[in-house]
Amino acid sequence: METILAVLVGLLFAISVYLLLSGSLIRLILGVFVLGNATHLLIFVSGRLTRESPPLIESGLKVAEAGIANPLPQALILTAIVISFSLFAFLLVLSYRAYQSLDTIDTDDMRVAEPHAETLPMRGRDV
Amino acid sequence: MSDTTAWLVVWPVAVPLIGAALAIALWTRPQAQSAIGMIAIALQFVSGLALLAHVWANGPVAMAMGGWPAPFGIAFAADTLGAGLTVVASAVAMGILVYGLGDTDVEHRRAGVIPLLLALMMGVAGAFLTADVFNLYVWFEVTLISSFGLMVLGGRREQLDGAVKYAFLNLLATTLLLIAIALLYGMTGTLSMADLSGKVAALPADAPIETVALLFLVALGMKAALFPLHFWLPAAYHTPLPTVSAIFAALLTKIGVYSLMRVFMIVFPDTADIAREAMIWTAVATMIVGALGALAETDIRRVISFTVVSGVGVMIGGLAIGTELALLGTTFYVIHSIVVSAALFMAAGMVARAGGGTRIADLAGLYKGAPFLAVAFLISGLSLAGVPPLAGFWPKVYLVQAGLAAGEYAIVAGVLVSGFLTLMLMGRVFAIVFWRAAPEDAPQTGSDGGMVLKGALGAMAALTFLIGIYSAPVAELSGRAAAELLAPDAYIEAVLAGPPQTAATTPGTPEVQP
Amino acid sequence: MNSLILRTATPLLSGLMLLFSIYVLLRGHNEPGGGFIGGLIGASAFAIYAIAEGLAAARRAIVVPPITIAGTGLLLAALSGVASILFGDAFLTGQWWFPSFAPDMKYASTVVLFDVGVYLVVVGAIAGIAFALEERE
Repeated sequence: METILAVLVGLLFAISVYLLLSGSLIRLILGVFVLGNATHLLIFVSGRLTRESPPLIESGLKVAEAGIANPLPQALILTAIVISFSLFAFLLVLSYRAYQSLDTIDTDDMRVAEPHAETLPMRGRDV
Repeated sequence: MSDTTAWLVVWPVAVPLIGAALAIALWTRPQAQSAIGMIAIALQFVSGLALLAHVWANGPVAMAMGGWPAPFGIAFAADTLGAGLTVVASAVAMGILVYGLGDTDVEHRRAGVIPLLLALMMGVAGAFLTADVFNLYVWFEVTLISSFGLMVLGGRREQLDGAVKYAFLNLLATTLLLIAIALLYGMTGTLSMADLSGKVAALPADAPIETVALLFLVALGMKAALFPLHFWLPAAYHTPLPTVSAIFAALLTKIGVYSLMRVFMIVFPDTADIAREAMIWTAVATMIVGALGALAETDIRRVISFTVVSGVGVMIGGLAIGTELALLGTTFYVIHSIVVSAALFMAAGMVARAGGGTRIADLAGLYKGAPFLAVAFLISGLSLAGVPPLAGFWPKVYLVQAGLAAGEYAIVAGVLVSGFLTLMLMGRVFAIVFWRAAPEDAPQTGSDGGMVLKGALGAMAALTFLIGIYSAPVAELSGRAAAELLAPDAYIEAVLAGPPQTAATTPGTPEVQP
Repeated sequence: MNSLILRTATPLLSGLMLLFSIYVLLRGHNEPGGGFIGGLIGASAFAIYAIAEGLAAARRAIVVPPITIAGTGLLLAALSGVASILFGDAFLTGQWWFPSFAPDMKYASTVVLFDVGVYLVVVGAIAGIAFALEERE
């Protein structure tokens, strides 16, 4: 099972890298989203897969009996999902606003902050 | 674990959180927000000082959140490095906040600057003080989310342009960090840095430690703006409000550098040789590329952005050498760089006010109208270049000494050459912007911004001057931080409160609640 | 929105949703539920109200501005973590109070306070976003 999921994680990483290499903001957003999901799955697989009982401690015990699922990756993924979800929402809004005011979704055309240098920098000796 | 001195670790994070909550609750009242912001950052500074004093006297201190002991729970821990950087960060943030209150109008403050700034400071302090790698990722995201908000404040076109690059690349960097953490967790089964220290060393020889270490280097190096992953910084840092640029340049790259120090000195102390070799060459390249990039720029704020990149190279160079003297130099340089980056971006904001723009070729003769600004800019610029007796001189002395002793001549050459280029650059900017005579028909421009801005900038310039003159306390602080990084036993013991095997059975273990 | 069915059902529905959200919030203390999901239900009650009765009515119904609710919730959550200093415990350690007159009561604790804080943050933030979206239309 770990092997299959590891292959799936690799596949998702490949897809996201392909999308991230694009210059279009839409593909970049999708790439970031797929990358986030691939990472969450990676955390899940890193915690080892078990098919036993849920991670609950029986009443009266201080330590769980053997054979429960690993609860830590679930907590980590939940945290990571909430964070990446909110950042994803921000990226969507940011991209939309950027499209509205810059009139392009091609990152190569976004040169407002970094205009092509029209002149060489001024030298001290020109003073 | 339960005595109240351990709470000192929590306050630098909890105080800005409470401040941010109050400021959000008072969303519609900018005046009250400003007061809360000042008080919260001042309290964060005071609590940081108290923490540093405690760490100085008693060694590293740790607290496990919710009483769940490390390595199972999340611990906060402070050694001299973490506590010292928290103090410097909050001190500089105070200056920047004063500058911001003088610079931004009420409309901008209504858009939530104060809550975002406090959230940013909470994230910075959290990153400096956490002892858990996943928690480190969370604090990175906290700073990232609040920095996104600050970045687009004002919503001008070039801000959105810069923010797109900043947001995508930084999000990518934190995701890479998460991947590295996941792989490390898969190998060792723990996330506590103190616990990782022993577990990574005990891994079998065929474990992919090098891969994970390189991934950490890539992810954190991207956050720190290390060549060749630095492109987002000069694309974005010159676009937001001057206040925001100042706090970003002062703190955000530094938490990347700090995390690299922490991870490579505690988690991978004796492993990851390939990553260290890579670090040397990227550090040298970062110093030179940053300085050359600054030389080629025509906008004063972009010039300063590139010098930030160059400074990151110097810091990572010290970490790559890895001897006590080199780490001393790196820590000193981090402190110096926090102060001087803030000062330079503040000065650039005032230059824009006084000269009506940021294009260097359009600026001239500002010395006449704004002599105070000119002097403060010169002090900061010379300090950045490493001219004695200013603060930037000493860490470079230590780093060059350390490099010569360790035989890392590439780093020595990089530090010296980039220092020379920076001196040339700052001299040129000063000569053109302040010194050369303004043309007769030059438009009469506005003032440089009044007493509040001058006071904040003056404080930063005075700080970099004073650190240069009285360098001994900072050097002693950095020296102790370096020694603790090289021998992290006290830190590890403070976090784990005993060897990890017995941690689960100590009497402090919380009862399972009904 | 001009729908008779929605307008008739909304007062009843949103009241019930608010009540249910508090039930879910308190149930989360020991069973599935909690502040986050409860807050989402509560926020959707206000969102439905805003859709049916209009934004002005919804703003009157929620009384204080949503962002203030969120800030107060965050403050409550932070303070519930700090409260453990009074008992000599670490940050965020849960403190329980079992009063003599009701020894089986499980709700007098800082943990519940924290959850209430989360509830308020979610209600405030999501209702604020919903109102802002409604405003645009």
